[in-house]
Amino acid sequence: MNVFICMKQVPETPSVEIQEQSGTVVRGKGKPVINPSDLYALEEGVRLKEAHGCRVSVITMGPPEAEESLREALALGIDQAYLLCDSQFDGSDTLATAYVLSRAVHKIGEPGTIICGRQSTDGSTGQVAAQLAQWLDMPFAALVNRIEEVSEDRIKLRRLDDEGYRTVEMSLPGVISVVKEINEPRLPSLRGLMQSKKAKIPVWTAADLKVDPARIGSKGSPTRISSAFFPDRTRQAELLQGAPASQVDQLIDRLRSAGAI
Amino acid sequence: MDYCLDDEHKTMRDLARRVAEEKIIPARAELDEKEEFPWQLMKELADSDMFRVFIPEEYDGLSGRTLDLCLVIEEISRACGSIAITYAASALGALPIIFFGSEEMKRKYLPGIASGQRLGAFALTEAGAGSDPSNIKTTAVRNGEGYQISGTKQFITNGGEAEVYTLVAMTDATKGSRGATAFVMEKDTPGFSFGKKEKKMGIRSSSTRELVFRDCPVPSEDVVGREGQGFIIAIRTLDRSRPGVASQALGIAQGAMEAAVDYSRQRVQYGHPVSSFQSIQHMIANMAIDIEAARSLVYTVARSMDNGDKNFAEPAAMAKVFASDMAMRVTNDAIQILGGVGYMRDYPVEKMMRDAKITQIYEGTNQVLRNNIALEVLKRKALRE
Repeated sequence: MNVFICMKQVPETPSVEIQEQSGTVVRGKGKPVINPSDLYALEEGVRLKEAHGCRVSVITMGPPEAEESLREALALGIDQAYLLCDSQFDGSDTLATAYVLSRAVHKIGEPGTIICGRQSTDGSTGQVAAQLAQWLDMPFAALVNRIEEVSEDRIKLRRLDDEGYRTVEMSLPGVISVVKEINEPRLPSLRGLMQSKKAKIPVWTAADLKVDPARIGSKGSPTRISSAFFPDRTRQAELLQGAPASQVDQLIDRLRSAGAI
Repeated sequence: MDYCLDDEHKTMRDLARRVAEEKIIPARAELDEKEEFPWQLMKELADSDMFRVFIPEEYDGLSGRTLDLCLVIEEISRACGSIAITYAASALGALPIIFFGSEEMKRKYLPGIASGQRLGAFALTEAGAGSDPSNIKTTAVRNGEGYQISGTKQFITNGGEAEVYTLVAMTDATKGSRGATAFVMEKDTPGFSFGKKEKKMGIRSSSTRELVFRDCPVPSEDVVGREGQGFIIAIRTLDRSRPGVASQALGIAQGAMEAAVDYSRQRVQYGHPVSSFQSIQHMIANMAIDIEAARSLVYTVARSMDNGDKNFAEPAAMAKVFASDMAMRVTNDAIQILGGVGYMRDYPVEKMMRDAKITQIYEGTNQVLRNNIALEVLKRKALRE
């Protein structure tokens, strides 16, 4: 079976900056890394390869620098990497991104299980996986914390629910998004790192993917961010005075007036 | 300082650092406290191919270069000197096979060590033969197709945990040092057993045990090199491994300096971080100078070995002596900078000092190595006259 991992390169979290006007994350600032959530998707892909001999590919849409993260993914044991890179993709929202990814899945062909991380640390929408399933007209299971069984055309999963988890069966090909409880991602091996440096990574443009130009970039992106800001984290401390019983009364009053109880 | 490391050097160093920071640092204090052999961490090192670093590519390794091994040992030691010696002792056990073993012997033993599935160990020291290895009493008696080995080795790192042991025994006591022969022995050889695990000052998670041989049968094909070459093989092996001990000392010192610098910036006395006081700054400067001088020497020796220089025994000894004495000075000062908490086991620096001490002692005490270095210097002078 072919397993596809959709991965994103993001700025390392402590160094994130937001562009005031567009409300989008400033690229080029901060060290680019594999989106942390996608590391679980990659690990699950490598485990499927080890357990079932699946062929695992990783796909990233991003700037030329994203090749570095793709090589890191290869070092973990992924078989093949693809970079989707074209200035026409700039400004794509989740819908347009999912569309471009779906075109790459079609181009590679014969998809089995498509695994995405839960969400990215930059945009944090968690929408791409679902939208990808929609574009591909495939079933989708979100927040998977365990793959229980897998065959050529079915997969049995455990997914997080509001009050615990539920076990579901889904037909394949299909898309899943995984949460961090699913595994503990491995470190790369030296052999993997050395081989990954030599690996050939195809770079596909809009033309290679035969995309509809109206569905990509800013044009193909219906999302508009009205505003983005860093949360105000100022705190106030207040010391209550008096006997313990009176302090408790004061505390209850304050919590009530603040609407906390 | 830029040491002109190539891409492969950097790849190995950076991955070793990642493993050290993510896996070893969180585990080191408990392993030291419990004196527990670090099997889980050996598996982590194996999974990241670290045991392939000291094995040539033909035998499932990835390098075999001395500088690569030094960089990896330095990074692991920066986190924990005890994990580093457990790892490096496997390299020490493999060295005689790599440099003196037959093709068949290499194919038989090296891939297993490279994968990390099997640890190696090197056994020379005995109760009466430490600095003076010519006094070894373990014997190997010819017996039909092979040999029977009897005797006791002492203070053997990885003893009881390793699967592949390289050892030196006397095949002809009348010939003195020319009567020694090196052998490879597997852990499950009949008659091979282990004495108690030593309780040590430092490198406490590593295993140090007696090896006891009672008429252990070893086939002729497990002789390393030829009969009678055992002593020279042992000496050349230790010459080759000393930059590794130097790297261990270097890494421990680096870790200690980093801990001291971090603490000095946080600790406030008299209204200022103690790093603002000149007395502390000079200690930090001395540490940095010491460490960089040792690093320059270690890397230069390792690189000259990789370039095929045959006369590396003396500079390798210099690197080991200098780096290990340096590590004692630096770890001592690191504790001083941390003050009272530096003496407590809740902080990592007291362990670093305990771990550093052994580097002045094993693989040739610094005193014996100074004798050797002085002898070379005097010999050169005599030859010029």
